[in-house]
Amino acid sequence: MIEKPYGTAAAVQHASPRDWPPDSRLNPGPERAFRAICALALVLPLLLLATLLGRALQEGWPRLSMEFITAYPSRVPANAGILPALVGSAFLMGLTAVMAIPLGVGAAIYLEEYAGSSRLTGLIEVSISNLAGVPSIIYGLLGLELFVRAMAFGRSLLAGAATLALLLLPMVILAAREALRTVPHSMREACFALGADRWQTVRRVVLPMSLPGILTGIILALARAIGETAPLITIGALTYVPFLPDSVHSPFTALPIQIFNWISRPQAGFRVNAAAGIIVLLAIMLLMNGAAIWLRVRFERKLSS
Amino acid sequence: MNAQSIRRDGLDLCRKRRLSERVAAVALGGCAAISILTTAGIIAVLLTETVSFFRDVSFRQFLGDTEWTPLFAHQRFGIWALVSGTVLTSAIAIATALPLGLLAAIYLSEYASVRARRCLKPALEILAGIPTVVYGYFALAVVTPALQHVIPGLAGFNALGAGIVMGIMIMPIIASLSEDAIHAVPDSLREGALALGGGKLRTIRNVVLPSAFSGIGAAVIIGISRAVGETMIVAIAAGQQPRFTFDPRVPIETMTAYIVQVSLGDTPAGTLAYRTIFAVGTTLFVFTMALNVASHFLKKRVMKGGTL
Repeated sequence: MIEKPYGTAAAVQHASPRDWPPDSRLNPGPERAFRAICALALVLPLLLLATLLGRALQEGWPRLSMEFITAYPSRVPANAGILPALVGSAFLMGLTAVMAIPLGVGAAIYLEEYAGSSRLTGLIEVSISNLAGVPSIIYGLLGLELFVRAMAFGRSLLAGAATLALLLLPMVILAAREALRTVPHSMREACFALGADRWQTVRRVVLPMSLPGILTGIILALARAIGETAPLITIGALTYVPFLPDSVHSPFTALPIQIFNWISRPQAGFRVNAAAGIIVLLAIMLLMNGAAIWLRVRFERKLSS
Repeated sequence: MNAQSIRRDGLDLCRKRRLSERVAAVALGGCAAISILTTAGIIAVLLTETVSFFRDVSFRQFLGDTEWTPLFAHQRFGIWALVSGTVLTSAIAIATALPLGLLAAIYLSEYASVRARRCLKPALEILAGIPTVVYGYFALAVVTPALQHVIPGLAGFNALGAGIVMGIMIMPIIASLSEDAIHAVPDSLREGALALGGGKLRTIRNVVLPSAFSGIGAAVIIGISRAVGETMIVAIAAGQQPRFTFDPRVPIETMTAYIVQVSLGDTPAGTLAYRTIFAVGTTLFVFTMALNVASHFLKKRVMKGGTL
């Protein structure tokens, strides 16, 4: 029998020295203190966030009511509501999804299923990773020149949604690619062996299998987009909209913009409104994230069974 | 059915398939090309408006002045007034986020149990997912009043509160990317250090952190890039007064906040004031791109296996 040079039972048990307990015999004080400081660095921001959220809840909760949801903005803080902002955000998210999903999923399919390692593919990859690092307000400047002025959409829902769609594309592409990669290669090979071509394989096998993963990624991306403020301000979303949008060419406001508008006013009443608006915004995001997690868990269970 | 027609059907089928396949490939390639077009569009838009900005304003006015007053009757275009605001808030944000993020990364990678890691990492992601307008509210309505108790002479709008809150926002990014770098340090190095009697703390300080230096550097640079491009927190809580100062207690204005300020007003297109936001946008774009590229090269060096 060949004797192994290292690899005793103990070493196998503790696969990584990362998992070893700190050796308290060596230098007990500093070891333990450092560990505590590290843990504190992790917990402190979370505690701070919890405190801040608590403050927002405390300030905004009494203001939350059915009237707050269904009222139009007003110069009197106590009468003001978020209806146009809520409807605007809903329209905006719907339009953004309609634009970003086909483009993003299409690009992901191209990169995962079609593209070889050509120079063009390399250029696409570099662009996507670059775009992910561009500040969102720069997208606003692009939207202002391209959609509002050059394409003459005006300061409309359509221009806002198109800008947000471009902003979301890198995120959607990344999520969709990850989902596509979870489909085992043997599935594609089986499909090709049955005489299907690439597009049929994608449409009938790869896409249906990765759909829950793609949906999860899209919901998470949209949950992030619903809080985006800067690019919408740059393309000229209004801050005072006493009417509901009636078409995609209509001027609009959105929930985060309404919140921003209330924060920037000096009266205390508006600050309470902002806190209430924040509660609504965070609740919507929480719901969307919950839906995404539910989908992911269901998907994982289906894969493992 | 004779042999001829079968063959023709087969051929037709093939041709039809090839067509749908070709259409799909072109359409999907078109979707992917959108990202190239977006990049090109951003550069083109920024460049054209910036070029026409510099037809009216000289480089000397832009780079050789510390006053920024394009919206006033007496126009001055010294970009340093806005750059200093951006540098100041970003520096405060990094001073907050770097120690917290790095220590948190060490905890996650070296100390936390698998179970704790599975809970704590998503919790950190929540921090990064809160909308920035909400952070702006916190900075203005909660953090600044609290700081005013401690620091006398702190203005209602200031770089300090905005910077600290921004630091909380980018801390998860630094923590997550640093943890990846620390996690990638091979166990053999840790084992060697521990075998020499180093103890866990000294192993981390003298072996693990130096080995992960490039990756941590890349994480910090990405954090700075996020701070430079962050808009709503500074627009809400840092003020809208461009001034060349590094005093964190007074109202300042960042490049991003200036773009918001002009966008909120009704500045007609084609005017010089309108073009200033593109000149500022170009400056911002150059800053963040330089940082992103630097981070990319640092990360690449890690992947090649060069550690220090």
